Amino acid sequence: MPTKFASVATAFALVLGAGAVFANEGGHAGWQREADNEVANLPSLQRGARNFLAYCSGCHSLRFMRYSRLAQDLKIPDDQRDKYLVRPGDKFTDYIRSSMPAKDANEWFGRAPPDLSLVARSRGADWLFNFLTTFYADPTSRQTGVNNLTLPGTAMPHVLASVQGVPNAVWRNVETAGPEGKPMTTREFEKFEPGVTGSLSPEQYDEFVRDTVNFLQYVGDPTQLEREGLGIWVVLFLLVFTGIAYLLKKEYWKDVR
Amino acid sequence: MSAVIEGKSGFRSWLNKRLPVDQFMADQLTGYYAPKNFNVWYFFGSLALLVFVMQIVTGIFVTMHFKPGETTAWDSVQVMVREVPYMWLIQPMHAIGASFFFVVVYLHMARAMMYGSYKAPRELLWVIGMLIYLALMAEAFMGYVLPFGNMSYWGAQVIINLFGTIPGIGEALTEWIRGDYGIGDATLNRFFSLHVIALPFIIALLVLLHLVALRQVGSNNPDGIEIKEKLGADGKPLDGIPFHPYYTLKDIVGVGLFLTLFAIVVFFVPTFGGLFMEAPNFEPANPVSTPEHIAPVWYFTPYYAILRAVPDQRTGALLMAISVLAFVFLPWLDRAKNKSIRYRGLASKLLLGVFFITFVVLMWLGLKPAEGTYVLLARIFTALYFLFFILLPFVSRADGNGPVPERVTYHAH
Repeated sequence: MPTKFASVATAFALVLGAGAVFANEGGHAGWQREADNEVANLPSLQRGARNFLAYCSGCHSLRFMRYSRLAQDLKIPDDQRDKYLVRPGDKFTDYIRSSMPAKDANEWFGRAPPDLSLVARSRGADWLFNFLTTFYADPTSRQTGVNNLTLPGTAMPHVLASVQGVPNAVWRNVETAGPEGKPMTTREFEKFEPGVTGSLSPEQYDEFVRDTVNFLQYVGDPTQLEREGLGIWVVLFLLVFTGIAYLLKKEYWKDVR
Repeated sequence: MSAVIEGKSGFRSWLNKRLPVDQFMADQLTGYYAPKNFNVWYFFGSLALLVFVMQIVTGIFVTMHFKPGETTAWDSVQVMVREVPYMWLIQPMHAIGASFFFVVVYLHMARAMMYGSYKAPRELLWVIGMLIYLALMAEAFMGYVLPFGNMSYWGAQVIINLFGTIPGIGEALTEWIRGDYGIGDATLNRFFSLHVIALPFIIALLVLLHLVALRQVGSNNPDGIEIKEKLGADGKPLDGIPFHPYYTLKDIVGVGLFLTLFAIVVFFVPTFGGLFMEAPNFEPANPVSTPEHIAPVWYFTPYYAILRAVPDQRTGALLMAISVLAFVFLPWLDRAKNKSIRYRGLASKLLLGVFFITFVVLMWLGLKPAEGTYVLLARIFTALYFLFFILLPFVSRADGNGPVPERVTYHAH
């Protein structure tokens, strides 16, 4: 009988495994990196929250996240919460709103900066990490003076320029077959070169971004750690339950000839 | 069976004189004889019932906090999972439950196709099952639209526009479905009503009919031979065992295994790599921003691949409709004498095997963009899909008539 249960488990595994294959989307450009963040790392989340409130929340809201929830989950004491997190004029139970009126934002940037509550779930942590680390100087074609490799033509200025500095991008020309087979020259990204420098070294800046992305991943799904903690017990209970159910079934089925 | 009531006193007797509880148990569970040779494929019927009940229960709680409407729907889902205690568990259980419902239903259908469970006298049982499947597709589609994420919006756009390809009435029909010229407040409100009242009632009624029809004809089994034809001296089938306690206990083991897998997904991989919850649906519906690839959820993608395989949209939509409805006719397309695949020839086994593979490949193709090799593959596998239904009458008549055993194959443990 155990072989039969193995086979039903296999049937399920096949269906779910097929799903996993379906879900895998390949195709990474060479310059793309992984965020390599860790949501269980509390100090990293605290630093990320600090970064977010210092550099991002001027324009971007977290409209589903309250200061109070944030402080509770990130184990920030009440006095520090009120002193460092809550924006003057806000209550500690308020949602984290941006300080920029949407109407002005539309005029200044051409579009309102998006709410970032779920950006880590819609875009993914890796995308965010790459976005924040691939700004480069582009004074000729962009009004903001910068462009982005991950989101070309982004309306967002390089808010972290004082921290990272602004790197220059080095391009190489590539001959490809254009429309109707005519040869066409396109440019391809080769590497970044130090340009204007900021207050952090490249390694420190990566850490800075990693913390910020980590924080956004927590905000996207604030219950994820609690969920996994409970999940272990639920799965263990179900395994024991299934084992007992199997023994009971076996006992009864002895009669069947 | 009224003897059950006599000779008892107290509450049980009082109750049974007024409500036939013991009678029902005796008729439907302890007195219902099922073949003793069920294998693991027979778990999926009771599991489908389990998932249905689970969807109703989790759905009750989601409904308490959900606010239909184009400006409120998405926000209310985000707020409920973040602010209402344990809705972070219950809402994803409901969303992931929909995917598991289809996993279970597809395996249940595959089992019926392997063992010829749709063949006489179980044609109506199969047809009722197919009606459940169609109602379930409508239920799942509307449930997917309700949270009003960006993929909800664009998926609904694609699917509702399919009705627009019906000649003459198409355009008017899409407006009638949406209740507006675009997908908006009216659409969400009516989808909510249909999703929480009309379709659950219809599905519950059909499930009841499915079970009544099953009790009437009795379960098929992996050997596809009728146990009612070999009765013992007591008038009970020789190869049958009472559903309770034997199959109730066995099904509980299936339930345990199923819930373990379900819990692993819900707690540890809730989005299932973007298959059970798609990334674009973590952005609110946006009529001016199209997701990179619009694809329905995985359980609709075999049909979506068929739709896109045809250059002409109207023909594609027609083929898609036929591809769903073709299953209904299986009882009459299958001309074999024997039911089970075990007692059919190699040609039948190959035909069914290739069909199962085709279904999964089309599912995969429906998730891919319709370009390049994918289009070619979609066309080949669409042809294979229909070839199954075309060839089945001939193949089944030719090699489905060999000898079958007298009694079911069962090895006691």
